[in-house]
Amino acid sequence: MVSQKVKIQLKYGLHARPAGTLAKLAQQYPCDVKMQLNEKIFNIKSIMGVISAGVKCGTEVELICNGTDERKALHELIGAIQSGLGE
Amino acid sequence: MTVLNGKGVLDGIAIGKIVFYQRKGQEAVKRHVENTEEELRRYQDAKEQEAADLKKLYEKALHEAGEKSAKIFEIHQMILEDIDFCDAITDTIKSERVNAEYAVKKACDTYIQTISAIDDPYLKERAADIRDISQKLIGILTNSESDTFTSEEPVIIAADDLTPSETVQLDKSKILAFITINGSVNSHTAILARSMNIPAVVAVGEELGLKYNGNNAIVDGASGRIYIAPDAETVRLFSERREAKKAEQEQLHSLKGKKSVTMDGKEINIYANIGRPEDVEAVLRNDAEGIGLFRSEFLYLGRETYPTEEEQFQAYRSVAENMQGKQVIIRTLDIGADKQADYFEMPKEANPAMGCRAIRICLTRQDIFKTQLRALYRASAFGNIAIMFPMIISVGEVRAIKQIIHAVQLELSGEGAAYNPETKLGIMVETPAAALISDELAKEVDFFSIGTNDLTQYTLAIDRQNPSLEHFYDAHHKAVLTLIRITAENAHKNGIFVGICGELGADLSLTETFLRMGIDELSVSAPCVLPLRKKVMETRMDR
Repeated sequence: MVSQKVKIQLKYGLHARPAGTLAKLAQQYPCDVKMQLNEKIFNIKSIMGVISAGVKCGTEVELICNGTDERKALHELIGAIQSGLGE
Repeated sequence: MTVLNGKGVLDGIAIGKIVFYQRKGQEAVKRHVENTEEELRRYQDAKEQEAADLKKLYEKALHEAGEKSAKIFEIHQMILEDIDFCDAITDTIKSERVNAEYAVKKACDTYIQTISAIDDPYLKERAADIRDISQKLIGILTNSESDTFTSEEPVIIAADDLTPSETVQLDKSKILAFITINGSVNSHTAILARSMNIPAVVAVGEELGLKYNGNNAIVDGASGRIYIAPDAETVRLFSERREAKKAEQEQLHSLKGKKSVTMDGKEINIYANIGRPEDVEAVLRNDAEGIGLFRSEFLYLGRETYPTEEEQFQAYRSVAENMQGKQVIIRTLDIGADKQADYFEMPKEANPAMGCRAIRICLTRQDIFKTQLRALYRASAFGNIAIMFPMIISVGEVRAIKQIIHAVQLELSGEGAAYNPETKLGIMVETPAAALISDELAKEVDFFSIGTNDLTQYTLAIDRQNPSLEHFYDAHHKAVLTLIRITAENAHKNGIFVGICGELGADLSLTETFLRMGIDELSVSAPCVLPLRKKVMETRMDR
């Protein structure tokens, strides 16, 4: 299992569109991809998981990958979040 | 006459009859079932039907409101097919042995509850998306006819709130305005209304009751007011305003695609100023001929660490690509004075307006500057980018910048990264010093852009944020106009172009003066582009 913290810098936080983008990206990896926020765990491969987390701009979340290709998944997903998820 | 207050979404006036949007309200009654397989199949069928409907809605929204708005139906599709969402529904059917309608409602209600509790006005609104999907799935399952709204004449639509699907499904030619009891300026109804150019007032509250159904009303999107059963005088007043606005809008609209050229043939470029990549949409909508000032501060402000090269590269590249070959002038970091970021850890200064800001920070902390220049040059391979440096006062600064650029180019070449070595370099002329030595500076760069806000402040030694000095302030002060004229003359003497990107550029009473000075480009906020083009086209200089 690997994990890393990342700050969400999108103006409106992880709203519907970037949530969709993130879920789609996460689905490409074989490993589990979760996000921890306020001691709650959300499944990032599910758009509903991302939206329900209600991540505001400026919030720090912890991305957790577990399974095959976990390092690659973590590295690439952190990169995608940092470059704004296409917003 | 009754006046109700809400939040105006789009500046515009509508006069007509109020018609309430009434839902048939299919109830998802809980039923115990023996055959759960049958319910699972019904749910699968409804899902497929809903997916097909969403495709159609996407097409309709794409056509009427543009790609960005249409995207919401792609998101709905993702939610519809989301694993967690589907599992919640099928689990309920199987474990509780209940009908599909109830299982859908239960899953949606749980999500709606969670999302509504989010402590953020924008994220909270996403509950409306789940409600939308839930309503439609239940509608399909209960075989109810879809909510139909029919009217012979165009009307003002009133509702508690409209879901995105409802908003898009409405026949646009029959809608004068939207007014809603709930909702916010961030709700989809508001967003769609804006992109469909229909006036709307949201969050009016419970006073907007069913008793007003069928009443005549005036909706004023600018003030967020609704006048119910208005008297003849009010109707006359608003009719006149509406007609005047319409005529003006139509006239401005007709100027799109035209060149900004005076009656006697002098042409000028009208560009737009932007602060974020998403502003490009407004630039294109208002038909600006390029971007004269892209402030890069948004990348640095409101955060706690330096933006990475990759982050910056993506932002610059997206703007360059979306502008499709039109010029994009990006200004390097202009932080300091009134724009501060704590992580820069700049020492406190007694006089920040004259302190370590803009290019002075970049030349002192070259690592920050180099990262930005690398991102800019990498993006230059993807469009027509020009780079501009703020707060220049000397030739030495320009030469120092060019040395750093040279090093950056060598690095990129060494890495085999693509960039445009011919990228135009310019400076902001916003200090009296730069204007006075503009003859020498012009020999070093490809263009000037005059920043009139700072130029005025530094020339008149007046802080514009200080209201008690208003009496002394003269936006058209002869000293400022003289510095602009000197700068323009020196630019042309040396064969480079000169633009204005400060507030004075949009001052229509100075347009003719600037044209006479030979200013090549005026860069203004996007909504000012077409009024400025109109002004240019009405100007004659051979008199």
